[in-house]
Amino acid sequence: MLWDALALQLGYNATLVAIGSTLLGVAAGITGTFLFLRKRALVSDAVSHATLPGVCLAFLALVVLGGDGRNLIGLLAGSAVSAWLGLLCMNWLTHNTRLAEDAAIGAVLSVFFGFGIVLLTIIQSLGVGRQAGLEGFLLGTTAGMLRLDALIIAIGGAATLILVTIIRRPMMMVAFDPEYAAARGVAVNRTDLAMMGLVMAVTVIGLKIVGLILIVALLIIPPVTARFWSERSDLVVLLAGMAGGLAGYLGAAISASTPDLPTGPIIVLVSFGFFALSLLLAPARGVLAAVLRHVQFQRRIHIRQGLLALAQGQMIYEPLTLRLLHRAGLARADGVATDAGRARAAKALRDEKRWEIVRADLTHEATAALYDGLRDIETVLTKDQIEEIDLRIGGPHGIQP
Amino acid sequence: MLDLVSSQGITVEDRGPGDSPLAVRGLTVSYGQKPAVFSVDMTVQPGAMTAIIGPNGAGKSTLLKAALGIVKPLSGLVTVYGRPLEQQRTRIAYVPQRASVDWDFPTRVIDVVLMGLSRELGLLGRVRARHKAHAMDCLHRVGMRDFADRQIGQLSGGQQQRVFLARALAQEADLYLLDEPFAGVDATTEKAIIDVLKSLKSSGKTVVVVHHDLATVTEYFDHVFLINTRKVAEGPVAEAFTAETLQSTYGGRLATAQIDQISRVLG
Repeated sequence: MLWDALALQLGYNATLVAIGSTLLGVAAGITGTFLFLRKRALVSDAVSHATLPGVCLAFLALVVLGGDGRNLIGLLAGSAVSAWLGLLCMNWLTHNTRLAEDAAIGAVLSVFFGFGIVLLTIIQSLGVGRQAGLEGFLLGTTAGMLRLDALIIAIGGAATLILVTIIRRPMMMVAFDPEYAAARGVAVNRTDLAMMGLVMAVTVIGLKIVGLILIVALLIIPPVTARFWSERSDLVVLLAGMAGGLAGYLGAAISASTPDLPTGPIIVLVSFGFFALSLLLAPARGVLAAVLRHVQFQRRIHIRQGLLALAQGQMIYEPLTLRLLHRAGLARADGVATDAGRARAAKALRDEKRWEIVRADLTHEATAALYDGLRDIETVLTKDQIEEIDLRIGGPHGIQP
Repeated sequence: MLDLVSSQGITVEDRGPGDSPLAVRGLTVSYGQKPAVFSVDMTVQPGAMTAIIGPNGAGKSTLLKAALGIVKPLSGLVTVYGRPLEQQRTRIAYVPQRASVDWDFPTRVIDVVLMGLSRELGLLGRVRARHKAHAMDCLHRVGMRDFADRQIGQLSGGQQQRVFLARALAQEADLYLLDEPFAGVDATTEKAIIDVLKSLKSSGKTVVVVHHDLATVTEYFDHVFLINTRKVAEGPVAEAFTAETLQSTYGGRLATAQIDQISRVLG
């Protein structure tokens, strides 16, 4: 079943949903990256919740005017208007009052969403029109997805991506350093509004599939996932688009292959799966890599301390140190140094003395900054420099690394 | 207008605000109800290195930011080379404080420097080999060429500051405004920065620096601008940077011992 779904062989509607979800995932991942890098991730949550009153008012207007209350273009236009109003409210609150952005987000989100729920309840109790389906905008529905719906997502997504491409440089400059951007003549506030306008566009076109409550996940999880894998903003943008698209495609396929699995939430869970894998496994920023680095660092410290203790004839009390020295063949199980251990210990002690001189000598300032108690001195100084330092230390020469 | 003798012993005319690289008139900036900068006039001398000096919270950075249009003043006029700021943006390069940026941002050193070329690149222009070469050249001038591919978070504070300076160099501007470039940097960086600034000056550029270290003022700069919310003094170091002007800038905040030490430096 799943393979059929992945190969888009589950019929017309499932194929439409899969294509639509993939396009939406790409557009949301790429647009969301700019929001994430600007540290405005939560704005998208307020924007999406602010769509609800617009959807309801548009529905009422359509019914009153005698049209079909479920006209998707009309409903989406309504949602866009109220989301934009919500955005302007947030922007005004943060710029003209002492409210911090999180408070403004909370205020706008709850007020707009509350108003929307009131309208939704009224519509349901009125029993006007064919209201069935409006709740679908909360959590998304793909059951009755039409060709028009897929077309809206495709056109909206493509338009969003084109606009992102055009204003990506100012958006990135503002995200990295808004003051510098302002000094270069970039209109910071207008760039922010444009960015949020794009987020709004993605939200509106995603309402049908994932719904307004979960769309924030499509905007934010892919960039967070991508950030684990790259230190370059342009690559983070591309990876986020790929992660979002893949999550959309896989999520739609999984939900199509199993009866009664909702599409939007499954897409979000697949996206979270990518995030969890990245969090654990990413080479530089992942959790496992960090743990591994820490353990290795700790071992090197123990061995170094153990060697210095051996060199000075001190007892080693820590079992871990003893074990590590023993395993490296530097000491016997009872803590007595082997020949190799004695040689390494003497070298370690000499290096400590060399470092001492380096750190006391102003001409070696740049080198001294590299001292961490572990670094082999040969990696930072030339042979001649070390010989010169050994001359100053005196004592036996020619201790080899 | 006064005739002044610059440090090279060449007589230069002290220009009025007319064609000054940066002229500020009656500038007042306020965050809330307390002005951070009050009714300040400043006329930057072309081809000079000017230090903006004053105690913490005296409005040094705010003056610079208002001059650049980053913060909106309550009142006042800013002209750049005799014309409104907006028409002259390309002639100004700004080096913000290091703390203004999130250093975990996913970007490499070379990408930061390329931001200096954003005007030239436009919205859709591709980064070409000559842009990269120019950026590398700017990195070379601050001694950071070998770091081009590093993520910016891996750099030390001083190295980050030099990258910011390289980004400003990439703009090939006429007027350079730097906000505390020497704050918390190592000696190597301080030397690298001052060497670059001096070479800018010797090629006729104008440099304005918000500076906090009174001990190096006479060594680094030829003009000073002393501010404590209001302008206290402005002019060549020899005339405007004196024990009296410092006393009135810093009030009780500057220990007598410090003033004595500076007076000794001043001779």
